[in-house]
Amino acid sequence: MATSHQASGIQAARLDAAGIAENFSDLHPAYDAHEAAVAADRCYFCYDAPCMTACPTTIDIPQFIREIQAGHPESAARTILEQNILGGMCARVCPTETLCEEACVRETAEGKPVEIGRLQRYATDTLMEKGVHPFTRAAATGKKIAVVGAGPAGLAAAHRLAMLGHDVVVYDAKSKAGGLNEFGIAAYKTTNDFAAREVDWLLQIGGITMDYGKKLGAELSLDGLTSAYDAVFLSIGLAGVNALRAPGEDKDGVRDAVEFIAELRQAEDLTALPVGRNVVVIGGGMTAVDAAVQSKLLGAENVTIAYRRSREEMGASRFEQDLAASKGVKLMFNVMPKAVLGNGSAAEIELEYTEVADGKVSGTGETVRLAADQVFKAIGQTLEGQPDALALEGRKIKVDASGRTSVAGVWAGGDCASGGEDLTVTAVAEGRDAAMDIHSSLMG
Amino acid sequence: MADLTTEFLGIKSPNPFWLASAPPTDKEYNVRRAFEAGWGGVVWKTLGAEGPPVVNVNGPRYGAIWGADRRLLGLNNIELITDRPLQTNLEEITRVKKDYPDRAVIVSIMVPCEEQAWKDILPQVEATGADGIELNFGCPHGMAERGMGSAVGQVPEYIQMVTEWCKKYYSKPVIVKLTPNITDIRNPARAANAGNADAVSLINTINSITSVDLDNMAPEPTIGGKGTHGGYCGPAVKPIALNMVAEIARDPQTRGLPISAIGGVTTWRDAAEFMALGAGNVQVCTAAMTYGFNVVKEMISGLSTWMDEKGYASTQDFIGMAVPNVTDWQYLDLNYVTKAKISQDDCIKCGRCYAACEDTSHQAIAMSEDRVFTVKDDECVACNLCVNVCPVEGCITMEEVPAGQIDERTGEVVSGEYANWTTHPNNPSATAAE
Repeated sequence: MATSHQASGIQAARLDAAGIAENFSDLHPAYDAHEAAVAADRCYFCYDAPCMTACPTTIDIPQFIREIQAGHPESAARTILEQNILGGMCARVCPTETLCEEACVRETAEGKPVEIGRLQRYATDTLMEKGVHPFTRAAATGKKIAVVGAGPAGLAAAHRLAMLGHDVVVYDAKSKAGGLNEFGIAAYKTTNDFAAREVDWLLQIGGITMDYGKKLGAELSLDGLTSAYDAVFLSIGLAGVNALRAPGEDKDGVRDAVEFIAELRQAEDLTALPVGRNVVVIGGGMTAVDAAVQSKLLGAENVTIAYRRSREEMGASRFEQDLAASKGVKLMFNVMPKAVLGNGSAAEIELEYTEVADGKVSGTGETVRLAADQVFKAIGQTLEGQPDALALEGRKIKVDASGRTSVAGVWAGGDCASGGEDLTVTAVAEGRDAAMDIHSSLMG
Repeated sequence: MADLTTEFLGIKSPNPFWLASAPPTDKEYNVRRAFEAGWGGVVWKTLGAEGPPVVNVNGPRYGAIWGADRRLLGLNNIELITDRPLQTNLEEITRVKKDYPDRAVIVSIMVPCEEQAWKDILPQVEATGADGIELNFGCPHGMAERGMGSAVGQVPEYIQMVTEWCKKYYSKPVIVKLTPNITDIRNPARAANAGNADAVSLINTINSITSVDLDNMAPEPTIGGKGTHGGYCGPAVKPIALNMVAEIARDPQTRGLPISAIGGVTTWRDAAEFMALGAGNVQVCTAAMTYGFNVVKEMISGLSTWMDEKGYASTQDFIGMAVPNVTDWQYLDLNYVTKAKISQDDCIKCGRCYAACEDTSHQAIAMSEDRVFTVKDDECVACNLCVNVCPVEGCITMEEVPAGQIDERTGEVVSGEYANWTTHPNNPSATAAE
């Protein structure tokens, strides 16, 4: 017998296995061949296509859709993967509504873009299901390169470097590769262990050695890496989490959203994963939405996202906001946490309404209290554990357009590096481009 | 509501939409369903001579090509004439005509090129009470190998001869169905006319192979590893049919010869176009075979709506109206100047006009950094390709440059005077022609 929605406190088994399975099924189920054919037929094969320009990895979208139309989804996959080796994951998690599909001329014409993301998934799934890895390595260069961090940027860099003939060692502090693909994205966007399967598929290129449980600043040092390798690529992500800075933050039931999502992604059995009856998520980005929606899907009765600015300023796209709302998550805007209340464990949260003047948020003095036995902090991640030698820009490692850091022989990309939005697809682009620059600097 | 009643060769039907001789009109069951759906008439699927009926293949008999979203654009078939006994067909025709006296029932016939064969079958057909006959001189596959169908239609002398036999042994209207598998459609039409045909109908299907199975290396439809050419029809053949209808309509030797037009009619508009080019009615097959008999309902309502909008009280009011405007290239006005114009409000910025013009035409469209596409009047030759490739209907239009204005491409003032190739200074024969 499942625990009910109304059971107070943080409880497991609010839903039975069937309910969990239904809730965590694929958000956008894969196209079958007929659906793909119908969707592909809508592409106009635009000149200098806006969708392609909007793609951070510049995938030749009209070309790959034409290949699907012409009956060659595997060729389409190759077209995608040449530009974006994590094209399978990006097809699932890219906010296409603000990238390629927003730029699609059929969005202009009819308000209904070609479903590029789902077509990309159809192509890449078709190829990967056949177990085909379409790339081979160039002749060995004899160069050794270290990649620190096995997230999207690191994997993209490693694959490109290996393909170019270099030997690559990828270090990661965790015991598993994938970075946020594996630990940080909502489960319903990447079902059936896709992140891990994609890593296995990617590694088929050869020439990449994975070395887990190695953290920069602990087992690894930048000096040690630069002396042992011909080049170093850092893709260490953002390991730190911003604090609420509100009284009661230390109470039981208050935790980081990223930690909750990681635990959920790694859980063998989601019915065993506890969640609160009344969950409040503080923040406005994708992490906030992923934590809130998944709390609801686990069976929480009331889930609220509390964001301190307006809807327009929210980091999560309108699509994500609507997704949250459709799952029953309440969105509150212009409220900030004032205090977490409760006797040892969180029971309530006090929010203060805000106003924004000249970009600065301040409280209006009016407050509201919500029942909250679980509070997730999703107010941004920060760079942590970066080597002191590296110059920063803002709160990230400073890099130039090719990913070069201030230290010779060291490149960086992904969320830890300056520039770009913190998206899987931008991380892939940065990893790939840094790899090309490493290659030309080593071989030039 | 405009009156769609049509009188063709004195045969009345409630609308000009007849089903062509083909699988949809092979038997009583289908024809009754067609009449219930509203079709104005049918041409019963071709009857052969008395005796053992022909046989069809037992593998696939149709092939097709498709446009986007698998919309069927062209259909090919290797089916033969009716494979049911003559008497069965005759009995069914008799019953159907009796039950639907207001609908046109025409019987298609194909028998060997011998007078006796026609003399034998025609009285039997006459006895059914059907309104007329159509001579199948068109089928390009199967029967042609036996000296019938298009094998007759390709020899004008045979057309005339058989038509004369039919006029001799049959008292009602005789329609001669023409094959498009010839070089000049006017010759068989003239032959039919010379044989005193009451009308011609066209086009029959076009010889074709729709596709090749690349695994089995055989044409489709494939029968046991082999394929053969079949008859092609559907929307894809409409332009060919329109031209052939127009050629007959404007030929001095056949002008006024009634025409029943066939070839890709799918909506009311297709029918109106054929009729504007001189057809007294239209025959339909592929649209019905693709979507079922109910397609006629849109044809009826659409034609009626259009006629109301235009103020045509009957189909006679517009039949043939476009014929005087079909001319030879040499008489086209070379002083008529247009330029493409792109509506920025309607443009969705796909850039297909740019790609088409820049890569394959006259480099007359400019593309700005922010994807604004504009026509360069000093380069535009008004070819219309941009209009044709634009996915948004009406977004790109051809605008006439009025007389007195300068054509920026040539730098010359548009005269507004009609002038054609026959008098053009570049024409070596221009002086001689005068």
